[in-house]
Amino acid sequence: MAYSNKVIDHYENPRNVGSFAKDEENVGTGVVGAPECGDVMKLQLKITDEGIIEDARFKTFGCGSAIASSSYVTELVKGKSLDEAMNIKNTQIVEDLSLPPVKIHCSVLAEDAIKAAINDWKKRKGSDPAKAASNE
Amino acid sequence: MSRMVYMDNHATTPMDPRVLEAMLPFFTDKFGNAASRNHQFGWEAEAGVDHAREQIARLVNAKPKEIIFTSGATESDNLGIKGVAEFYKEKGNHIITALTEHKAVLDTCRALERTGKAQVTYLPVDTYGQVDLDDLRRSVTDKTILISIMYANNEIGTIHPLREIGKIAKEKGIIFHSDATQGVGKIPVDVDSMGIDLMSMTGHKIYGPKGCGALYVRSKGPRVRLAPMMDGGGHERGMRSGTLNVAGIVGFGKACELAGLEMETEAARMIQMREQLQTGLFHQLDDVYLNGHPQQRLPGNLNVSFAYVEGESLLMGLKDVAVSSGSACTSATLEPSYVLKALGVGEELAHTSIRFGLGRFNTPEEVDYVIERVVHEVRRLRDMSPLYEMAKEGIDLKSFNWVRE
Repeated sequence: MAYSNKVIDHYENPRNVGSFAKDEENVGTGVVGAPECGDVMKLQLKITDEGIIEDARFKTFGCGSAIASSSYVTELVKGKSLDEAMNIKNTQIVEDLSLPPVKIHCSVLAEDAIKAAINDWKKRKGSDPAKAASNE
Repeated sequence: MSRMVYMDNHATTPMDPRVLEAMLPFFTDKFGNAASRNHQFGWEAEAGVDHAREQIARLVNAKPKEIIFTSGATESDNLGIKGVAEFYKEKGNHIITALTEHKAVLDTCRALERTGKAQVTYLPVDTYGQVDLDDLRRSVTDKTILISIMYANNEIGTIHPLREIGKIAKEKGIIFHSDATQGVGKIPVDVDSMGIDLMSMTGHKIYGPKGCGALYVRSKGPRVRLAPMMDGGGHERGMRSGTLNVAGIVGFGKACELAGLEMETEAARMIQMREQLQTGLFHQLDDVYLNGHPQQRLPGNLNVSFAYVEGESLLMGLKDVAVSSGSACTSATLEPSYVLKALGVGEELAHTSIRFGLGRFNTPEEVDYVIERVVHEVRRLRDMSPLYEMAKEGIDLKSFNWVRE
């Protein structure tokens, strides 16, 4: 299978790899996927009190397209409000990275990771607990 | 390294130049139809085929007339299994095989089940990939007509004890077929002492051409009969009609001759390089696991799980090294290797497996280069892996509450 140049670029030069320090405040963490499925994404978002995503980190276990999808979303979400980030659709990731049909699940996972990280942040902030809980 | 390193010799092998040299005249000067009995062109082609039949038979201790040429091992598996099921249907309809067989055997068996032509028992394997002989014995019924167990597994290299299996088949009066595609030419095969009645083989795994294989069909003690799959001119003792692929057959024959002559030295060289590869990887990386049998395995095969690193992402990083992965993402099915699953390897580890297939044209320098590249990429990807981070923090990945899609 041939990879698109964008996927190769993100795989070879992943953006924002790593984790924020454990005690760092204002960080929401989303871990989605499972090892036996071959994909696990951990996405961390640093969010200001005003609800703006100021920084992001990821770590991903998965194929090249999964790594590229998560690297790509760390760039995509920066500077966005929570509402804007919550509205990011996997189809945008598919289009921007030219993912083939068999790799669409990678983009779904990346979308889920954004939502999981934001919900985790909301939960930790104590705001909108009902919504956060319903997304567990 | 200025060029790509090819270390996927279980998929296919480059053709040996000596094989190509033997084949060339049969494309141009000696182009005749081996079935043309009344002129020089036909006789020359027939002589080439006869010589190849002898070379192949010698490698596996068969008689030349017991070699039936086919298009490759998949056709041989189909012809052997379906041919027996059809010909012996009055006698019984039960087939015994194993979960780790090649798809050419498994899907042939499934096709027979689907059409109601056979009932099939798929034997489980142990953690090394071998069937339990008592299990095999117990599975035999008075309807069993065929046992089909491969010689060496194409993914994990595990070698099955064919001699013992052949003995059980003989005791019970059952035909024994073996898909020996990966074993022939690499490790000794003796159809007589192993009690093999039908055996699939192919040219392109032993530095011969693609598109040419054979089915060994025992002619005596017992004489095995097959219903042909194709109707036509009655070539190959009526078992496989169709004009013979003379050049391919000549190449397959030459490949067998070379494999026989060089088997001992080549196997020793493969084992040495495999140990070099294994030692290099295992010394420099933690959390790596060998899949398959530690001793009873093909000389050129090494199958390793690199925990916390997904196989396809590793392959993508190894741009100038050709190896293969047992991971889901390399196939359209999204299921990890059914062979590793049958061994009881967890799916999380199956997703991280890489198959290295050493061959005749690999060198120790290439092995060193592959070690260096793999170690580098595994470390890079582990730095990116949430699983590696969690494992190092002491989090139990098995009991973690994963969010599944």
